[in-house]
Amino acid sequence: MEILCQLCNNSRATVHVTDIVPPNGEKRERHLCEACAEQEGITMKQHEPINTILAKFVQHKVGGGMQEVANLTCPHCGVTFREFRSQGLFGCPHDYEVFDQHITPLIERAHGGATRHTGKVPRRLGVRAGQQAELANLKRRLNEAVDKEDYEAAARLRDHIKALETDGG
Amino acid sequence: MEVDDLTRRTGEWLRGEGPSSEVVISSRIRLARNLSAHPFLSKADDAERQAVYRLLNKCIAGTDLGDDALLVNMEDTDELDRQLLVERHLISKQHAENRGCRGVVISPDETRALMINEEDHLRIQCLRSGLQLDSLWEEINGIDDLIEKQVEYAFDERFGYLTACPTNVGTGIRVSVMLHLPGLKLSGEIERVFRAARDTRLAVRGLYGEGTDAIGDFFQISNQTTLGRSESEIISEFGSDIIPRIVQYEQTAREVLARERPYQLDDKIWRAYGTLAHARTVGTDETLYMLSHLRLGVQMNRFKLVDLQTVNELFLLAQRAHLQKINGGALDADQRSIARAELLRKRLGAST
Repeated sequence: MEILCQLCNNSRATVHVTDIVPPNGEKRERHLCEACAEQEGITMKQHEPINTILAKFVQHKVGGGMQEVANLTCPHCGVTFREFRSQGLFGCPHDYEVFDQHITPLIERAHGGATRHTGKVPRRLGVRAGQQAELANLKRRLNEAVDKEDYEAAARLRDHIKALETDGG
Repeated sequence: MEVDDLTRRTGEWLRGEGPSSEVVISSRIRLARNLSAHPFLSKADDAERQAVYRLLNKCIAGTDLGDDALLVNMEDTDELDRQLLVERHLISKQHAENRGCRGVVISPDETRALMINEEDHLRIQCLRSGLQLDSLWEEINGIDDLIEKQVEYAFDERFGYLTACPTNVGTGIRVSVMLHLPGLKLSGEIERVFRAARDTRLAVRGLYGEGTDAIGDFFQISNQTTLGRSESEIISEFGSDIIPRIVQYEQTAREVLARERPYQLDDKIWRAYGTLAHARTVGTDETLYMLSHLRLGVQMNRFKLVDLQTVNELFLLAQRAHLQKINGGALDADQRSIARAELLRKRLGAST
C-alpha cells in the first residue's frame, strides 16, 4: 500500500502536493519523500523535536566552555548536563534551577519564545502565586494586543492589570 | 473490573457521540505531574519507583474515580493485555513497553486513565467522544485538584509544573483531538490543512500518537507548546478556532465529493464493503483503511447495510490484541489475518 517518492523512487512518499498547472489550471498530483520535497523547495515547517533543538543548541555553544557545561552536575540527583543533552530528560525537579541559564534559551525555543508559566498554580502556594501567574498572562496578552494594534483590548487588559496590582500588592 | 471485561465493550472514544462527531472521533486532555520530593524516573531506583507508585495509588483512591476502578500493575500484566490497553487509548505505547514498577488506574467507563510512572510520575488523562474540550478541562482540573490536596507537586513560579522533559513544562497539558478526515484525503487537500496546523505550532500524528503513521484517514492534532499560555487559552484556541475550521473544511470536501464525484465516492464505499465482507485474509492497515471508507459512507447516509456502532466496534476488534483476546489465545500474523477476515464477514452480515 506504500507509495514511493516519484523523484528518488526510493523512500516513502509522505508529502503529497497538488499543483495547478497553467494555462488550463489542470491539477497535477505529486508524491514525494520529505528529502526530495525539501529539494523541490516545498518546506515542511515542523515542530523541532527536543533532541534536535538540543543538538543545535550545543553546536552553537561549542568552543565557549562547553566542556564545563557538559560536566555540570545536579547535587540532588547526580544527572550531568551531558546526560540531559543525550536523553532530553531531567533527573529531578531541581535540575531546572541547577541548569537554569543553560536551559532557558532551549525552553524558550521549544515553546515558541515563552519563558514564563501563566497557567494553573497549585492551591498550596496561596492566592498570591495564582495572581502572579495571572498578571504575567495579562501582561503577555497586553503586549500581543498592542502588537496587533487592538487598542480597545489593550485598554481593557491594562485596567485589569492595574486592578490586580493594587489589589494583590 | 478486569482487563478482560474491556473487550466486551467499545470504549468511550469510539462511541461516536458528542458535538461534531461526524468528523471529531474523540477529545483528550492529559496533564503531566511530578512529586517534588522524588527524583524523576530516569534517576529513580526501584525503591523510589515503588514509593511513588504506592503513594499515587493511594491519592488516586482518594479521588472520585469510583470503587470499581481498574488498577493495572504493568509488571503483572502480559504483553497482550498491555497491547489491548494501548489499542483502547488507555495507556501510551511507551508505558506498555517500559520496564519497572508502573501502572494505570482506569475508571469503569474508560473516560479517565491515570498512568503512574510513565515519563512523569503521574499522567492524568480524560477522554470523551466528539469535541468536548471545555467539559474535559473542568473534569481533569477537578481530578488534579483532588490529588494536589494530598501531595506536593513539583512546581516553580517561573516554569510552572516541572516535568521530566522540558517540552512539557509549564501547564503540562496536552490537548489532542482525533479527527476522521476521509473527505480531505480523497480531495487531496489534506496536506494543506496540516501545513496550516503545523504553522500554528500544532502537531499532527497518527492514530496512536507519537511516532505512529496516520492509518485509515485518522489524525490526531495536539498542542506542542505548554509554556506561556494558560490552559484555557490553549483549549479555546483549539476548541473554538482551529478544530471547528478543520471540521468545516472536511464537511465541505464531503459535500463537493457527493456533488461532483458521486460515482467515485460510492465506488470507494462499496469496494470497502466488498473487501471487508468477503476477504479471506486481511491485515490491520487494510482493514482500517476500508473501515474508514465504510464509516464515511455511513456518516454521509449513502450506505445503510451497516450501522455506525458496528463500524466503530470493528475498529477496535480488528486490531491485534483485541482479535487475539476474542479468539482466546495467541495467533501469529497469518492466523490473525484469517481470523480478522472471519470476524469481519460475520459482523458485516455476509452469509459465507
